Amino acid sequence: MPKVIENVGCPYCGCSCDDVRVTVSDDGLKVLEVENVCAIGHEIFKHGSSDHRIRLPRLRQPDGSMKEISYEEAIEWTAQHLHKAKKPLMYGFGSTNCEGQAAAGRVMETAGGMLDNCATICHGPSFLAIFDNGYPSCTLGEVKNRADVIVYWGSNPAHAHPRHMSRYSIFPRGFFTEKGHKKRTIIVIDPRFTDTANVADIHLQVKQGHDYELFNAFRMVVNGHAADLPDEVAGIKKEQILEVSGIMTKARFGTVFFGMGLTHTDGRNHNIDIAISLTRDLNKITKWTIMAMRGHYNIAGPGVVWSWTFGFPYCLDLTKQNYAHMNPGETSSVDMAMRDEVDMFINIGSDAGAHFPIPAVKHLKKHPWVTIDPSINMASEISDLHIPVCICGVDVGGIVYRMDNVPIQFRKVIEPQGLLDDETLLNRIADRLEELKAQEA
Amino acid sequence: MSEMLIKNGYVFDPISGIKGDKTDIAIKDGKIVEKVSSKAKIIDAAGKTVMAGGCEIHAHVAGPKVNAGRTMRPEDKLFRGSYRGGIVKQGKRMEMGFSIPSTWKTGYAYARMGYAFTNEAAMPPLLAPHVHEEFRDTPIIDQAAMPVFGNNWFCLEYLKNKEIENNAAYVAWLLKSTFGFGIKVVNPGGTEAWGWGENCVDIHDPVPYFDITPAEIIKGLIETNEYLGLPHSVHLHGNNLGNPGNYEHTIETLKLASEYKPKNKFGREQVLHNTHLQFFSYKGDSWGTFASAAKEVMDYVNKTDTLTVDLGCVTLDETTTMTADGPFEHHLNQLNHLKWSNVDVELETGSGVVPYVYDKDIAVCGIQWAIGLELALYAKDLMRVHITTDHPNAGPFTRYPRIIKWLMSKKAREATLDTMKRKEKIIKSTDLAGMDRELGLYDIAMMTRAGPAKALGLSNIYGSLKAGADANVAIYNLDATKLPTDPELIENAFSNTLYTIKEGVIVVQNGEIVAEPQKHTIWTKVSVPENAQVMRDIKEKFTKSYTVNLENYAVFDEHVHNPRAIEVEFSA
Repeated sequence: MPKVIENVGCPYCGCSCDDVRVTVSDDGLKVLEVENVCAIGHEIFKHGSSDHRIRLPRLRQPDGSMKEISYEEAIEWTAQHLHKAKKPLMYGFGSTNCEGQAAAGRVMETAGGMLDNCATICHGPSFLAIFDNGYPSCTLGEVKNRADVIVYWGSNPAHAHPRHMSRYSIFPRGFFTEKGHKKRTIIVIDPRFTDTANVADIHLQVKQGHDYELFNAFRMVVNGHAADLPDEVAGIKKEQILEVSGIMTKARFGTVFFGMGLTHTDGRNHNIDIAISLTRDLNKITKWTIMAMRGHYNIAGPGVVWSWTFGFPYCLDLTKQNYAHMNPGETSSVDMAMRDEVDMFINIGSDAGAHFPIPAVKHLKKHPWVTIDPSINMASEISDLHIPVCICGVDVGGIVYRMDNVPIQFRKVIEPQGLLDDETLLNRIADRLEELKAQEA
Repeated sequence: MSEMLIKNGYVFDPISGIKGDKTDIAIKDGKIVEKVSSKAKIIDAAGKTVMAGGCEIHAHVAGPKVNAGRTMRPEDKLFRGSYRGGIVKQGKRMEMGFSIPSTWKTGYAYARMGYAFTNEAAMPPLLAPHVHEEFRDTPIIDQAAMPVFGNNWFCLEYLKNKEIENNAAYVAWLLKSTFGFGIKVVNPGGTEAWGWGENCVDIHDPVPYFDITPAEIIKGLIETNEYLGLPHSVHLHGNNLGNPGNYEHTIETLKLASEYKPKNKFGREQVLHNTHLQFFSYKGDSWGTFASAAKEVMDYVNKTDTLTVDLGCVTLDETTTMTADGPFEHHLNQLNHLKWSNVDVELETGSGVVPYVYDKDIAVCGIQWAIGLELALYAKDLMRVHITTDHPNAGPFTRYPRIIKWLMSKKAREATLDTMKRKEKIIKSTDLAGMDRELGLYDIAMMTRAGPAKALGLSNIYGSLKAGADANVAIYNLDATKLPTDPELIENAFSNTLYTIKEGVIVVQNGEIVAEPQKHTIWTKVSVPENAQVMRDIKEKFTKSYTVNLENYAVFDEHVHNPRAIEVEFSA
């Protein structure tokens, strides 16, 4: 009899939905059906029990081919190379559980290396702004239960976070929002007419790269300087700026959701900084909150875990052994790779091969490269060693942090069938590394 | 198993009434025992001070808002001590941070001060798995966490309708779901009002929509607490924290407890613990006329046996304020204009984080510093008055040794006062300069171990050297018969123990971490009859209002680190 497992967490986007229903085969090895999930999440569960899944580590041979090896050999290879390396870098973690991220902290502290996560190429600018200006936020349930104005700025949940609008923001009927979307005003600020803009009440088609000026204009109005506004700012007419400012100040509870459209266009961290300042201004009048649209289901995780472990959320330099150091620009993955400072690279739960600039990848490729990931991806295919692991939410459970930093407890739905999970693998690497260090000392 | 005998030390143990006598302490299998065999390992404590392991009643050391502070403040990690982490690695992991230390530093630093237990002061129930993850990574010390109830929609609704039985069933369910320890209340009603950008500054301000007052919430939760017979009492951070002239509100709030009697089997005698009292003991009608009301507030506490308090001493540091009192943090941010984080948690609570500099040259900061100490010096029963800094709000917990120094030495207080630019104003606005009282080691043992343990209902485990208690012992380099004339030596002695023993294992020797044994998560397991109404209400709220499924809400057993349940057999 196939078995139905309910309340399953989805390992796709930062929505970290926890209401998935998965039907698995009687032997607990196959995913048969997946419900309550978006198209992308569906594929991840299906992939979990696909016949194409890699189940053993693969080591590159002198002739360039990949040969299957045992986990023991893979752990030994990784530990030996970490031990030898002067400045190894472990990067990724968008798709691992927190237990794995904690174990990674132990590995790199033991190795004396660099540790970084995908925020370094997505919401890193948001961290920089948070360091400067704080983060007046809330959980997604507050938005669902209270919000009557929603702003999506530089983000397109219709494609990137498929269930965000229906579960948390625009459509749900919450405790004080029984009428759902009928009583909510939706504002989308984006240079493109996205599918999210399509469901908005107001779409401000800001001039590409001029978001900062538009924020500044809103702040002027909120702080009582509307008269000094020019006729047009960042491609938006003054009347429309006044209209939207009015909606913001009259909101009972508003939330700004922002995405890569702010962090990776001109202004970068300054865009987020001023977005936070606008939120602060609005809180003198009514209630507003702000939230980063974190991409992966647990990319908030490493920031949380490493903050309690080391005090910094990303770009960690653990080479000093006694203390951690963080200085984005100096200790950020791409910058180090561009300067060819790293002499070993471990790509875990992400795909640096696809996401890093080509010159950075070329530098990294000169040195030992390990990819720890359940799937074949560009990084795995150029690695010296590919170690497959469990998929969190499919073959292993664990805690993940949703985009609002709410911990969600994921379940496993099928048996790992010989695969190691990130935590076990990394702890075994750390154990071996400690042995090697003890032998040397 | 292992045996140990601590010989010849001057022992201070208020639970068994030992006041500095030379007494031997015997340890077997992690517990204090009457005697041990001749094979026991001997620790010579001649000329040293021996106390039970310290017991922390209120500190924010783990969880979402503490971690929001860590994330938001990279500068807290910089330029402290000889290394930027402030310390060279001693234990398995590095130690980072000053006012909001990393979990690893938290465990090590408490152990070095001779502490064995700490009580996380505010756990948002929805975020409980986060708190337990941090417990896993906090070495050595045992930990408990109090879920916050004062703005929880279930409680607001049950208490409005005076349904104590249902409220009690819900509290028991939530303690079990979150592996929580007791009932914490923070700005009752006010944080819910903050969901709309408002606040309740007075205990009679109605909560928007819910139509209940803070006074009713506090009374209802005290009644619930005693109905269940929980080990700890209601643990309250009241309304109107931190504002000039709030002391009258404070006394009015404390009076709410006067009609209740403690009912429990844990030896607890109070029905209300008012936390960080310093922040609630202010006179004046503006920051210009700000003054101490320590005497007025303490007079009331002194004559009311059913109250306990902790101090919340300002330590004159740059620190990070954080509380579930969301509107207060916003208010503070409007005063100092530094960065501000806020986390409102659906149906349950909120919180805020703002860095703060207690500058000794600012009159208000100096007055706050004086008030914290005055409260202790005015106290008649130090078993009911506990040393805290509301870590990290008034200063980091690593400053407890400095507070002890100030309390034990008038000279030390004067020396600090002399460094203050606004000294005259502080002397005029407080009584501290005229207070000659100097506390002794027995007093300190009451305020840091025996008292908090008793108030938590845990004195059979912690804060005690009686046979049967956990073998948690701190040995300080202080000769109790001739205390040093230099107060700095007192601070030094309490900063780093000669030995800290945790459940019979030496974890600190000469101020350095030497072992990291298993720690425990303490939680309260209440057996109550199944309540169909409450279970129906819970299902409904999860279906309609929460964004997490009910089945994923309770912390999974595998995410709780080495739990140790305090069992409460409920009988109506």
